[in-house]
Amino acid sequence: MTPNYLSLLHALLPEASLVLGALVVLGFDLIVGRRHDLAQRTVYATVLGLLAVAAAVYHSYDARLDGEVFGGVFILDSLALATRVGVLLLTALTLALLPGVTRVKQPAEYVAIVLLATTGFTLMAIAQQLLVAFLALELASLSLYILAGFDRSRPESAEAALKYFLLGGISAAFLLFGFSLLYGLTGSIALPEIARQLSVQAMSPLLLAAVLMTVVAFGFKAAAAPFHLWAPDVYQGAPPTSAALIASGSKLAGLVMFTRLLWSGVGPSAGSVATFDVVPGWVPAVALAAVASLLIGNLGAIAQTNVRRLLAYSAIAHAGVLLLGVIVAGKFGPAALVYYAGTYGLATVGAFGVVAVLDAAGVGGSFADLAGLRQRSPLLAFCLVVFLLSLAGIPPLAGFFGKFAVFTAALKLNGLASWAGWLSIFAIAMSAVGLYYYLLVLKNAVVIPGRPDAAPIKVPVAAATALLLATALLLLLGLFPSVVLRAVS
Amino acid sequence: MNALPWTIYVSFAGAALALLAGNRAASVARTVALATALAGLALALVAAAAFKPGPGLQTLVDVPWIAEFGIRYHLAVDGISLTLIVLTGIAATAGVLFSWNIKERTGEFFALYLALIGGVYGVFLSADAFVFFVYYEIAIVPKYFLIAIWGSTNREYGAMKLVLYSFAGSALVLAGLLWAYAASGANSFAVADLAAAGAQLSPGVQQGIFALVFTGFAVLAGMFPFHTWAPTGHVAAPTAASMLLAGVVMKLGAYGCLRVALPLFPAGFVYWQPVIATLAIAGILYAGCIALVQEDFKFVIGYSSVSHMGFVILGLAAANSQAVGGAVLQMFSHGIIAGLLFAVVGRMVYERTHTRQFSDLRKLPLHKTMPFAALTFVLAGLASMGMPGFSGFPAELTILIGTWKTAPLWAGFAGFGILIAAAFTLRAVQVSFFGSTEPAGPAPAAPHDPHPDFEPITWPEKAGALLLIATTVYIGLKPDVLLDWITPALRSPLFQAVLKGGQL
Repeated sequence: MTPNYLSLLHALLPEASLVLGALVVLGFDLIVGRRHDLAQRTVYATVLGLLAVAAAVYHSYDARLDGEVFGGVFILDSLALATRVGVLLLTALTLALLPGVTRVKQPAEYVAIVLLATTGFTLMAIAQQLLVAFLALELASLSLYILAGFDRSRPESAEAALKYFLLGGISAAFLLFGFSLLYGLTGSIALPEIARQLSVQAMSPLLLAAVLMTVVAFGFKAAAAPFHLWAPDVYQGAPPTSAALIASGSKLAGLVMFTRLLWSGVGPSAGSVATFDVVPGWVPAVALAAVASLLIGNLGAIAQTNVRRLLAYSAIAHAGVLLLGVIVAGKFGPAALVYYAGTYGLATVGAFGVVAVLDAAGVGGSFADLAGLRQRSPLLAFCLVVFLLSLAGIPPLAGFFGKFAVFTAALKLNGLASWAGWLSIFAIAMSAVGLYYYLLVLKNAVVIPGRPDAAPIKVPVAAATALLLATALLLLLGLFPSVVLRAVS
Repeated sequence: MNALPWTIYVSFAGAALALLAGNRAASVARTVALATALAGLALALVAAAAFKPGPGLQTLVDVPWIAEFGIRYHLAVDGISLTLIVLTGIAATAGVLFSWNIKERTGEFFALYLALIGGVYGVFLSADAFVFFVYYEIAIVPKYFLIAIWGSTNREYGAMKLVLYSFAGSALVLAGLLWAYAASGANSFAVADLAAAGAQLSPGVQQGIFALVFTGFAVLAGMFPFHTWAPTGHVAAPTAASMLLAGVVMKLGAYGCLRVALPLFPAGFVYWQPVIATLAIAGILYAGCIALVQEDFKFVIGYSSVSHMGFVILGLAAANSQAVGGAVLQMFSHGIIAGLLFAVVGRMVYERTHTRQFSDLRKLPLHKTMPFAALTFVLAGLASMGMPGFSGFPAELTILIGTWKTAPLWAGFAGFGILIAAAFTLRAVQVSFFGSTEPAGPAPAAPHDPHPDFEPITWPEKAGALLLIATTVYIGLKPDVLLDWITPALRSPLFQAVLKGGQL
């Protein structure tokens, strides 16, 4: 292998822009920010952060689809491009929620760490080697731990960060152990080579252990049951913008990375649920996690009275569908999965955006606190309706088509003569449960009148723009899903 | 003809306009809503005038939508869908007229109302099963807010129950459609392609998918025992929403059974035919008996809707062109009559007397204080009982004759249902409007009105009532207008497969 550092630099320009942006944000705040108040510093940091993200988007397109880079350490394919653009868009929406909304006292540091986390996401999107994948994942995770604990005025934030960190650390240990076993079994850390080696190996207990350990870490990243326990506390305790990033960009990047890892690396040991005779491998394990997530997420969500905890349980439920998307990605490609994860991220960022604005306005987090939202801010109420209905899967919003695409693929595997088929039927049935709890939230926000003396809620311009953009994207992508499907062909 | 898709777009545009207008003044929102509904009706009537009946669907729009999944945005019309589109136009217009007095959040009310109408038009025009499903689901969510915000008795419960039943039904439909789509090679959602692929499946699978899809749609059509959402939902809903729910939305379910479930899996239908007929008859009789003992005026009408929709399902189950033609005619007829009944109960009576309990209404001489309402209700009751001269008569008669050809026993039971319908309708008429015809002692010269607080019936109410009465009488006298559209449509190959297959 002759390393071509020039092509490597070209391929990694998006990440370079993000890191450079993080440094500029910090430096600018250090030099200029001291003379300004907190609100202005937040605006500066946000604008610089958005510029860095814009540069990264430009360079992502500029890097084109070069294929393997640096001897196959990275891969620039359509999936990588779509994922990079997707996570950058989600990050941009998250950043736009900051000015006038966030309670964070160190805006420059916050934005810089968001950019570093995003660097981790985009690297996860293109990693094709165990070591780089692990480093990218850890870069993202460590940044997210800090973001979860950033609100030092609230003990819940620290609690969220600690829980997230401890469980995340354990899952990282599992992943590293799994990786080392894979390396031991195949003698390589490059995904194509691992796949070549595994295709001539029969399933062995050691291989199964390696694969299952990888699935554990994956389940943690995707907030899938039974590795979901961190999600409600983190979603509730972390600053809303951090939770938005954890639930959206982090999820999209994680799903793509693990889908690549599991299919193009450990694909030969996938096993199968495409008939009733289960072939052991990681697919049955992921299918079990999907069933558990659908069940625990949807039933757990019914009992919630706090919007953020509800979003957490809804995230667990959605993880179930996403895992189904991972299972079908092997045969039908990851287009449906990326569409689902991306549009889910949009709706979740939006929902957390509404939560963030409400939080800044001093509105509590329970359903009852939402009462009268329609009078206090028609914009927020309207956006919340769109986000939650998209999560519930109501057409013509994007959430519906995402579900449709995943379920169709699962049924195409082998109709109802397979566990995968029945899993999708189960997921369709559970979506009726989902509508119930989303409507419970909307009932409070739209139906129940608030106190007559409740003051109107002001939505800062940047946040309003971000929310409306997310709303418009959910509608447009729902009407024209081919845009995404074609991009990830 | 080609302007028909605009019924959908005009309704959605009207919804957005009404929402914006509502911020300025309620009267503007009302006017926008009425204009939109009238525009939809006008488009439907113009298309109807130019309509040439024939077998098969006449394509209006057919463009690729989601090429990756073989989904086409295909809108088309035949006599059956045209009948229901005209019904939607009339019901929508009448509904706006009867919600003229909505004062609270007027803009939002009409926005949701028109969004619902747009979805309904879309369902009736869809020729691609995916497009059909999308519009079908679009029509679900507005119902929740219409009932939960502007409804009455137990509205949040009624709204949630109704929406969850609808959504669970549509989940069954989605599961069945996806199953069929995947089994057919996943190249097309056109009903004809799905049906061709479905015929290749094993009989057991066909029966399974048919059961899913038919049950899913039948939930919305109010088929026994999945009907319980209907009375609670109708009662909780504001007048216009009750009119739409009973008048049009329940037809979505029946239309889905007819347009999607039956042609897709004729073999599955044959297997389930006796079960469907039994459930239909059970619904006719059971809901009729329940309606007989209700103490709430609106519940009587709610259960009567379930009973009358039982006739529609029975007509579909009988599966010959006469019975099915009658079923479509009954959809139209019941849409008009139920709208009228709910208008009288919900708008004319309840919003003036603020009670729907028979025990309270019995004490009021409503036939004197509200002669117009009484007259309207008597006419609507006659129509509902199936008196000749009103649309209910040819519709139920055609269904019964058609059913008799398939299975005389079914027709016998259903005929008994008509007797029950007459009983509960007459009871409602008598108790509610003519409860106290015998005042104690010699009739005074009535120098003062005992209930001066009943505001007089307003012009929008009169206009809406006249529109609906005129329609039911016109179709009662000239049912051929609609049957000439419907019967040729049933000669299309898709329907012939199931109509032949359905003969016992």
